[in-house]
Amino acid sequence: METLKAEKTETKNKKTMRISGAEAIIHCLLAEGVDLLYGYPGGAIMPVYDELYKFQDKLTHILTRHEQGATHAAQGYARVTGKVGVAMATSGPGATNLVTGIADAQIDSTPMVCITGQVFRHLLGSDAFQETDIIGISTPVTKWNYQITRASEIPEIMAKAFFLARSGRPGPVLVDITKNAQLEEFDFSYEQCKGVRSYKPVPKPEISAIDAAAELINRAKKPFIVFGQGVILGEAEEELKALVEKAGIPAAWTILGLSAMDTDHPLNVGMVGMHGNYGPNILTNECDVLIAIGMRFDDRVTGRLDDYAKQAKVIHFEIDPAEINKNVVSDVAVLGNSKETLSLILPKINENKHEAWHNKFKEKYKIEFDEIIKPQLNPSKPGLTMGEVLKEINIASEHKAVIVSDVGQHQMFACRYAKFKQSKSNVTSGGLGTMGFALPAAIGAKMGAMEREVVAIIGDGGYQMTIQELGVIFQHNIPVKIVVLNNEHLGMVRQWQELFFERRYASTVMTNPDFVKIAEGYHIKAKRVSERENLKDAVQEMMASKDPYFLEVRVEKEDNVFPMIPAGASVSEIRLK
Amino acid sequence: MEKETFTISVYSENNVGLLNRISGIFLKRHVNVESLNVSKSEIDGVSKFTIVIVETYETARKIVGQIEKQIEVIKAYFHTNDETIYQESALFKIKSSLLFDERQIQNIIKESNSEIVTVSRDFFVLSKTGRRKEVNEMHSQLEPFGIMQFVRSGRIAITKAEMPISTLLEEFNLNK
Repeated sequence: METLKAEKTETKNKKTMRISGAEAIIHCLLAEGVDLLYGYPGGAIMPVYDELYKFQDKLTHILTRHEQGATHAAQGYARVTGKVGVAMATSGPGATNLVTGIADAQIDSTPMVCITGQVFRHLLGSDAFQETDIIGISTPVTKWNYQITRASEIPEIMAKAFFLARSGRPGPVLVDITKNAQLEEFDFSYEQCKGVRSYKPVPKPEISAIDAAAELINRAKKPFIVFGQGVILGEAEEELKALVEKAGIPAAWTILGLSAMDTDHPLNVGMVGMHGNYGPNILTNECDVLIAIGMRFDDRVTGRLDDYAKQAKVIHFEIDPAEINKNVVSDVAVLGNSKETLSLILPKINENKHEAWHNKFKEKYKIEFDEIIKPQLNPSKPGLTMGEVLKEINIASEHKAVIVSDVGQHQMFACRYAKFKQSKSNVTSGGLGTMGFALPAAIGAKMGAMEREVVAIIGDGGYQMTIQELGVIFQHNIPVKIVVLNNEHLGMVRQWQELFFERRYASTVMTNPDFVKIAEGYHIKAKRVSERENLKDAVQEMMASKDPYFLEVRVEKEDNVFPMIPAGASVSEIRLK
Repeated sequence: MEKETFTISVYSENNVGLLNRISGIFLKRHVNVESLNVSKSEIDGVSKFTIVIVETYETARKIVGQIEKQIEVIKAYFHTNDETIYQESALFKIKSSLLFDERQIQNIIKESNSEIVTVSRDFFVLSKTGRRKEVNEMHSQLEPFGIMQFVRSGRIAITKAEMPISTLLEEFNLNK
């Protein structure tokens, strides 16, 4: 490892101790401030588990019921704390079961370190029992990965893994460690990684770009901000708010940007994208300056690209140079950490109100409110809506809860209607759209923020993909609140079948078990609601519970999420029904 | 936008997994690699990938952005043919008897500026370095006489513009 030579010479004089590779891994984790990890043991990682047993007073290991659950729990933890989540698994199937969570963390820029056991070095390539090329398999979905085959590599590789996972645009790193490297003894010392030659985590902001952006913003008549998770990862929430307020710019969020700004802020105009709000989508094609902050113009945000904000000058605040002009060509690219770039531009921004422009958002909101929001939140028809469940949760939580959503219709309802006062409160699988994410992610979120209420909103489909993690909640009495919005369908796919496949409901009708009994089987308090009159009390009771609580809400079976930008359509073609 | 030939030059750490990581970037976008060469570079411990693709400017730019994003990549560039000096090498294995039976063969060797690398009782080996077109020409001239084996290398290229890798590496060190 050429890259760390400089650091290596420094550490020569450090005090060392002679320990096994497995014990070294524990010391590395402790040195990186890890006190909690999720995982599942097996043959090739047993020496490390043996050390975990000895160090259990310093390091809590949570046995998930499937390795995928370990990654999502680590992600949930990372998303609410901003710290690196850690997941551990054995070789072969243990390692391959991590892949979905790793891919999810990669596309959603979540800092995570995964440690996998591997067969002995001398067995590599021999098709040994539980041997798999996890380095090859995980390469496209990791920020970095490395196979350790000698104990002496452990300190510098572990240090590098944590540094890379958390720095710059965060992401998942996988370290694969052969069993011989875990068993060998060597002289251990540890030095945190401060940099890697060839890797520039944060580009330096260019003042000329800041000036050009400020000039565009100051001249704009109809400026519009779209912010993403880059604001949360860069901890630039205050700077964003200051910019929005000073320049009087309506601001909308991507699904991962949600909670970076108070949802009730008068200049927060809602969500952009396929099931986002009406105004922000329509007015994307009317603004004169589009200010994108820490977002990557995902296709679910832009709709048809050649009809996206063509009339506007585009300013792109971004940490990752590869995102610049990837999907949408920007007139001004401001590279750098969002906290730094927004701080730099703020003094150069003129105060403004843009009242007429802001009123346009209010007008569009009124249309959406009458057509969609009101009937969702205060329905007059029988049949519970997902929206009204969210409304009751908002009331009971006073907008203070962490909301963890799975993937599908309920996710869109959760993100559209959940209210937030505090950042890092919306945990969902945005880029990969991983069903089964929410239940384990809620475990990690709760353990990362024990003082906060954590509510998982899950559909009946996704719930059954990782339902076994109820075992973790029961075993450790983790007081998460689990809400399953049961419409007895794979709702989002069914909606598309209704709208675009002439109601041919191929494999989307669910035959479900008794969810209440299943929760009770895990000794978790459980209730089912199917009538509107019982909803409020049930939600209140759930939120008041000091213990884990499961609430199944039987909702309308064939409800649809609107507004909707059909796939391949322009943001202007957003449908209200 | 029209497709053209681009030579991508990647300066990187010498790392086992990096080739896999870089080739995945092409695979994911269905971009065919016309040729690939990996060698040491002018800087000690730094490897250089030379990759040739036929793509639009936009695709080439985005691919290079993704390559440069990889942790162990120091810097990636892409250039058109006009901006580079480039060569390929080829080896031809031919029956020795032809050297005596077919006069034309000797003329081809002379005119193509190729070299005889080795001669044995059964075969001789010709080596040719040059542009793709020249190698192709020589191939079609020799083909009627029978080529026992043929192999052509990937492109190697030097750019006319400067590639300030050493300066970049110093900056990286300063940024730590």
